[in-house]
Amino acid sequence: MPDWFMWFTRMENSKVVALVLFFVTFCGILIYVYTGKQRGKRLESYKYIPLQDDDDEQDRETGSDKAGKK
Amino acid sequence: MAHSSVATPQEYNYEIIRKFSIMALVWGLLGMSAGLYAALQLAYPFLNFDIPEITFGRLRPVHTTLVIFGFGGSALFATSYYVLQRTCQTRLYSDTLASITFWGWQSVIFLGAISYMLGYTQSKEYAEFEWPLDIAITVVWVCYFWLYTQTLRRRSQPHIYVANWFYLAFILATAILHIFNNIAIPVGLFSMKSYSAYSGVQDAMVQWWYGHNAVGFFLTAAFLGMMYYFVPKQAGRPVYSYRLSIVHFWSLSFLYMWVGAHHLHWTALPDWTSTLAATFSIMLLLPSWGGMINGIMTLSGAWHKLRTDPIMLFLIAALSFYGMSTFEGPLMSLKSVNALSHYTDWTIGHVHSGALGWVALISFGSFYHMIPRLYDTRLYSTRLVYVHFFLATIGILLYITAMWVSGIGQGLMLRAFDDFGNLAYTFMETVTFMHVPYVVRAIGGAFFLSGVIIMAYNIFMTIRQAKAEQAATEAKIAAKMARA
Repeated sequence: MPDWFMWFTRMENSKVVALVLFFVTFCGILIYVYTGKQRGKRLESYKYIPLQDDDDEQDRETGSDKAGKK
Repeated sequence: MAHSSVATPQEYNYEIIRKFSIMALVWGLLGMSAGLYAALQLAYPFLNFDIPEITFGRLRPVHTTLVIFGFGGSALFATSYYVLQRTCQTRLYSDTLASITFWGWQSVIFLGAISYMLGYTQSKEYAEFEWPLDIAITVVWVCYFWLYTQTLRRRSQPHIYVANWFYLAFILATAILHIFNNIAIPVGLFSMKSYSAYSGVQDAMVQWWYGHNAVGFFLTAAFLGMMYYFVPKQAGRPVYSYRLSIVHFWSLSFLYMWVGAHHLHWTALPDWTSTLAATFSIMLLLPSWGGMINGIMTLSGAWHKLRTDPIMLFLIAALSFYGMSTFEGPLMSLKSVNALSHYTDWTIGHVHSGALGWVALISFGSFYHMIPRLYDTRLYSTRLVYVHFFLATIGILLYITAMWVSGIGQGLMLRAFDDFGNLAYTFMETVTFMHVPYVVRAIGGAFFLSGVIIMAYNIFMTIRQAKAEQAATEAKIAAKMARA
């Protein structure tokens, strides 16, 4: 096995590498999610997906404000 | 951008969701009754009646299995199929596979409960199923995964809504956890018993890696999927921040995998491992609270709904309990706090503030929203939903308060020393001290169970009403046809 690969197998090195990898990935996700006006708009538009199936329910009195009273 | 064509309910497979919903309630009633009886046995041990099948040691896994996998699992199957179809605007990929998941899952739960009462258990907490049932679970789960992913592939909506991410993470993580924790060598082909592939402290570490991730992915991530669909639906407004939900998903999924070892503080486990677990547990507070805030803030500007909508009360109370138990969890994972709390009833109280407060309440709220829609009717009684909500909330508060008193008191007594360095209390004195909290806990459980009985009645009447309405409609159409 090459020496450079063996370097990763040592606990004191692999822990730091893992930390750097995961932290950079997390920062990448944050940057991706919170930068870019257009991307932000696009991502936020997805939150309406659950509400798009309301058409078939509009005339039914089971909505939150209209729950049948007994 | 989100695509806006809508499939009609007739195109969806609602039958499988109805079946899972009804079975969730059946297992909920049975499992919570078993829990209440077990709680009464702790307060009044004569209730064992010297019948081995119902002694606490056998009844306890029956309770946990029925409520977690029977009630919780069936609720997750039901809501995941509902959310999947409605957010992807497509029908489930295969009705046969859906039926296999239903009958397979119900059989496993039933056989598991019977086997525990007969004394068969592999003694792994929340994974007591013996190896033949473990294999059956794996088959069901593979079908579930295949059905879910194939339905996703056939979606009409280009974007996969975040609730599905949580459900999929739950399906994937549960598969990995189940398989690796249950690797075992059977004693014989016709024997229920097996040897674990792990031994000693490794066995304990794998078990708690499984155990806490069962909490993380089965009881948290999946129910967050439920939350991300049903809270916006019931509120009639979109989730507060979709971008926050993305960060919530990735951070929660990543952090949960590391925290299991906090169940093994002060044991033979290497100290660095439990420190690592405690560190990740503290970090977990951030995504947990981020998600809770995202859910609660969905109501921002529409708080008045809480005054008029009992279903919303269930959903928001569930999120509040989620916030509370995800604060308590990291606190208890600190080694110094754990030295007091571990091996005491504080742990039981913590589990139940999450299980009853978060898991059960979010499921009840989702069911009250979903079931009338499945049957194309309205709820039989909104007033009964209010009654259920208050019975459940009082029950949870009594339960967790009793367990705090019992657990913290027990912990303090077990480690109290007199001036000569001897233990200040005998074990029996701690047991005597816990009697009153145990009675209060059982009362709390009775409150909670009575709420579920009321819910079952309300749902039963809702379904009956739906059938009557359908029959009346059919009669009208038939009459019109006869006149024409």
